[in-house]
Amino acid sequence: MNSVHDMGGMHGMGPIVEEKNEPVFHDEWEGRIFAMNLAMGAWRKWNIDASRHARELIPPAEYLRMSYYEKWVAGLIELIVKSELVTRDEIESATPAADSVKAVPALTADQAIARIATGIPAKRNVDAPARFKVGQRVRTCNMHPVRHTRLPRYARGRFGTINRDHGVFVFPDTDAHFLGEKPQHVYSVCFAARELWGAQAEEKDSVYVDMWDEYLEPA
Amino acid sequence: MSLDLPPTHRHEHDRQAVPSDPALRVKALESLLVEKGLVDPAALDALVDAYEHKIGPRNGARVVARAWSDPAYKQRLLSNADAAIAEMGYGGFQGEHMVVVENSAKVHNLVVCTLCSCYPWPVLGLPPVWYKSAPYRSRAVIDPRGVLREFGLELPEDVEVRVWDSTAEVRYLVLPERPAGTEGMNEEALAALVTRDAMVGVGKVSLKVGSTA
Repeated sequence: MNSVHDMGGMHGMGPIVEEKNEPVFHDEWEGRIFAMNLAMGAWRKWNIDASRHARELIPPAEYLRMSYYEKWVAGLIELIVKSELVTRDEIESATPAADSVKAVPALTADQAIARIATGIPAKRNVDAPARFKVGQRVRTCNMHPVRHTRLPRYARGRFGTINRDHGVFVFPDTDAHFLGEKPQHVYSVCFAARELWGAQAEEKDSVYVDMWDEYLEPA
Repeated sequence: MSLDLPPTHRHEHDRQAVPSDPALRVKALESLLVEKGLVDPAALDALVDAYEHKIGPRNGARVVARAWSDPAYKQRLLSNADAAIAEMGYGGFQGEHMVVVENSAKVHNLVVCTLCSCYPWPVLGLPPVWYKSAPYRSRAVIDPRGVLREFGLELPEDVEVRVWDSTAEVRYLVLPERPAGTEGMNEEALAALVTRDAMVGVGKVSLKVGSTA
């Protein structure tokens, strides 16, 4: 979807502010919502693409106003309500519904540590045809899906060169909507900075963008 | 590509705004989830503790220091980063598929995620606020040299800048240049010089730097 989360190339966002000796979490609630997102993910009611999409659906003005972890609050509420783990009424009243059956948590402390140590690989050990080879010239699709995609606007309809083949990965455009993993090759595609930004860019510079096979066509 | 998906409906997007005090909102949400048996507060404690105290940029610094000290390791790191980083005992969530890119006198690499805030957690920990912020995400791809200037790094014109936009599940780590004057230093001393910023590509490693950034 063409919303403000896709901000590569935008102007007017202000200076970059670096905080010296920045803490990992600025307030206790940031750590709690971070951990709740990870722990609730263990119910396997959604995947990482769906959770990214939940945050992208935050209306643009809100998205820009919110801090990073405020978006995680909004995104988690959206996910747990949509997946029917919790009702909107329960969230508003902060009380389980009368007919709510108490569950057994999906993760103990030990399982939580094991889960982050193992990770959740997005690579799939399946045969999928690689339509492109390293060194090949490609053109990215000019497409504007209203739903989730990881093809940024600034790199649509542009010419580039396959820099490397990362292997076969879950396809976020379908996975985010529970329409299947549709595993396919992901490539690092090198774009000359001038192909993306015109003459104002340095001739030598380039931007490498990871692209799923379906985002590309032969040039 | 066509997915033939139905259009999204506006009412699906309507939501309660997070109130001005997210601390209260999050506290209420946690007690609800605990009461419903959906989360174990001890699991939350363990996750917070892991990212506050165990998983951070010192991990990446040790990887870099080893690559500087051991040419065979550096080759493995550049050709198969997942295995080489696992040799050091690191890996996992948000670093399942790693690629390491090397800086040199002629090439400078910079990592960004324009679409969200993807970052190699097992080696760098959770990202700082500036990395997740609109100013960095919007400008790193269109004006990398301007961004680097804001971090105090002026690159000569003959240096090629390569920006890596983390749009997929591959996470990038920059292998900075080893500074001159460090020839006699051991891995531990070298690791102490390596900063988070240098491993994202917004800084260089120097003998003077010893901050945690």
